Amino acid sequence: MSRQAGRGVAEALTTWHRSGSTWVALGVAAAAVGVVALSADAYLHATAARMLPLALLAVSVAVVTGHAGLPTLGQVAPYAAGAYTTARLALAGVEQAAVHLLTAAVAGAVLAGLLGVVLIRYRGTVFLMLSLGVAELTAITAAQWRQVSGGTDGLAGIPAVRLAPGLPPLVADRAVLLYAAAVALCATVGAVILLGGERRMLLSAVRGNEARARASGHRVTAYLWAVHTGAGAIAGIGGALLIHTHRWITPADVGFATAALALLAVVIGGAASLPGAAAGAIAVLAVRDVIAVWLPGHAPLLLGALFVAAVYLLPGGLTALSARLRPPTPSRRPNHVAHASGSPARPTARSTP
Amino acid sequence: MRTVHRIDADGVPSQRPHGDVDRAHGNGLVATGLRHAYGYLTVLDLDTFTVAPGDRHAVIGPNGAGKSTLLNLLAGATRAQSGAITYNGQTITRRQAAWRARAGIGRTFQHPSVYPDLTVLDCVRMGGWHHRRHPERTPLEVLDLVGLIDHADVLSATLPHGHRRMLDLAVALAGQPRLLLLDEPAAGLTDAETTRLLDILDGLPSWMAVVLVEHHMDVVAALATWITVLHHGRRLTDGPADRVRADPAVAALYLGPGGDDAAGQ
Amino acid sequence: MRVDAYLIPVVDGVAYGLLLAIAAAGLTVAFGAGGVLNLAHGTLIAAGGYIAAATSSGTWPSLAAAVALAAIAGAAGGGVLAAATAGLRGRGHLDQALLTFGVALIGGDLLTTVYGPDTLRPRLPATLEGTVEAAGHRYPVDRLAVLVIAVLVVAAGYVVLHRTRAGRLIRATVDDRAMVAGIGVNPRLVDAAVLMCAGALAGLAGALSTPILGVGPGTADTALLLSLIIVVCGGLGSVPGALAAALAVGVVQTLGVTSFPQLAPYLLVGAMTVVLLVRRRSLPGQAAA
Repeated sequence: MSRQAGRGVAEALTTWHRSGSTWVALGVAAAAVGVVALSADAYLHATAARMLPLALLAVSVAVVTGHAGLPTLGQVAPYAAGAYTTARLALAGVEQAAVHLLTAAVAGAVLAGLLGVVLIRYRGTVFLMLSLGVAELTAITAAQWRQVSGGTDGLAGIPAVRLAPGLPPLVADRAVLLYAAAVALCATVGAVILLGGERRMLLSAVRGNEARARASGHRVTAYLWAVHTGAGAIAGIGGALLIHTHRWITPADVGFATAALALLAVVIGGAASLPGAAAGAIAVLAVRDVIAVWLPGHAPLLLGALFVAAVYLLPGGLTALSARLRPPTPSRRPNHVAHASGSPARPTARSTP
Repeated sequence: MRTVHRIDADGVPSQRPHGDVDRAHGNGLVATGLRHAYGYLTVLDLDTFTVAPGDRHAVIGPNGAGKSTLLNLLAGATRAQSGAITYNGQTITRRQAAWRARAGIGRTFQHPSVYPDLTVLDCVRMGGWHHRRHPERTPLEVLDLVGLIDHADVLSATLPHGHRRMLDLAVALAGQPRLLLLDEPAAGLTDAETTRLLDILDGLPSWMAVVLVEHHMDVVAALATWITVLHHGRRLTDGPADRVRADPAVAALYLGPGGDDAAGQ
Repeated sequence: MRVDAYLIPVVDGVAYGLLLAIAAAGLTVAFGAGGVLNLAHGTLIAAGGYIAAATSSGTWPSLAAAVALAAIAGAAGGGVLAAATAGLRGRGHLDQALLTFGVALIGGDLLTTVYGPDTLRPRLPATLEGTVEAAGHRYPVDRLAVLVIAVLVVAAGYVVLHRTRAGRLIRATVDDRAMVAGIGVNPRLVDAAVLMCAGALAGLAGALSTPILGVGPGTADTALLLSLIIVVCGGLGSVPGALAAALAVGVVQTLGVTSFPQLAPYLLVGAMTVVLLVRRRSLPGQAAA
């Protein structure tokens, strides 16, 4: 790729990241789902529906990475918790969607809350390092805990979900797509609302200068723990959707590649923008599926290349998150600074005596 | 006349009158036996430090005397390795910085960066977050007080240094502290800004206690009623402001060989 | 229960721990000195293992060549990472970590493409394939050889780190970057050198561990996870800490795998969690109290 083109892409992405009108993006997403659903291609319906669980996982990662400022690979753990909980419920004969989603959300939140107790004490690359350990452990657990996960063979033949008792199960591809899209959109809208307004300001302040926030009486740890736990609920719902759209699960579905993909989606989509992260996930999955046709079995290669490209192309990368995350400011916002140095106060360095 | 102590003398008893100490035990802050070391380097070793309501208590001393460490220990940014701190009659030694802030201990920072991604007004709103329902002063009034009302909508990262210092002070004041810890508030300010700072600090309510770490002796002279001099983490001397400033040992500390030029800061 | 039954696993564990120490030392120094979190470290270890397994053909010269090639390849990989992350200076450590993560994914894919999905083991000279008897216990010669070499490498590493100018410079960079810049040495050069040495050590560790553990598609992930646990438990940047943690991890892992294979990973992670929760001294990257 020529330098010129690279810069063009970079600028386009930056503009997208900064302009990010969340509601417009959500509207576009809904419209896109509508267009896909209107087509007659059942294969397309199934393919699109199966992208949505990962899109929701990416939203969850974006909440933790972008809003709490904690780069994570570990959201795959609550995702797995939600998925296996749902699978077990369905296999045990509980088939109502509402029960599945609620239980999965709670399972995800509880697991993320427990992990958060340890993780939230750390920042930056150390957090990333520890979350990587969580991702590895999730894959190991999924492969080993045979009573729950079915081992490396996974669980198959999971009954389809029902919207309500008495209604027929959701098996038609179009119906599954519409259901999954509705759940994903609602979860994303919920997260956007919960992270809006004053909470957005609080989190932005905490990311910008934690010591100052503590000195003003803000319980920084509690804020970040709450965000991490809430993101766990979103990941859990994503896990439930994984079962509802695929109706089988293997440890690979909650493996390391999934964790990497979600983080990549967030890097590409802009950590602040939850719809951006979802769109990033869908874009990465689409590219992966296309590549898989003529270069089968090389998904990690593609993911890795995209990672490297994203880090080099996105100006400032994740570090300049704060520049992309600024809450909308009413007036006199000098445009040229929006892009300037990330955050001088971000404590990446160690504490020197 | 009090004796002049050797610079490396062991900590000398505090000269504070009993009345002040009693008031500090009641509604102020009392720190006893504070000691803090990084590895083998002891940066603070202070037998007692008291702040009574309404105090204007300056802590001075050359660089590395342990002034900022003392402030960080009082604010809770650093956990004391040994010693005890009571505030308002209760022990707060193991309380987190956020708890202390909500209990009324406000502070400013030596390197004020506030919240780079927020507007000036939002920074102050964050500072007064826990009083947002019933603020004594609205955020705009606080901004007016420190002279930043015209910059309310500007991103705080774009402010020049002097304004940033004022904003840091405004954020601290918005938290409605009863004890205000100021870490070199005049460092890097122009003369006009320093005058403004003195006006603001002069206008603080008389019940508010202020602990001031400062190199700028004019500011200390204008504000402080009581001075503690730290050297190598220990109290060299303390006493009423005019007496300490006239102390030749203190002058020697600042102007003598090896000492920093106080006025140069 | 006889103590003897645990003797062999403990010796195995120490050998494994020393290998892990060799693997993790570079990672922890790179993190301590330059803040570079190298997530491609496990891939370098796996690369060393693959190269050694492919090169060693049962003769002594080929074995020597295998070890040397693995270390050289590791150093080259470290050099590539140093060059790649140097391009991101001023962007912060997070971007560097993400970059190495991408490199790890690419490297892992290339390794499986070239060497296939099976677990490989090198062919060793016949002498090494046997066992020796010592103090009433039979012990495989290859493990003994690995143990001896690992001890030598760790000792050499200690000498280099503590007795040479380069080593002192590295330790000084971990302690105080600004000071190193102050004496006229560019800390970035130190970073690059550290990454290359870390790569060489990783390749060496990979080569030394293949006769015992083999090398396969899971090697990179496991090696990275264990190295990270060691780095975290060892105090992020401390080489003696990493050595102690590596020995502990080696013994726990070996005993755990023989005694309760299902729980072995959780034992380590549990230990790490306890370390993280009880440690009073703040770590780099930890939030202020």
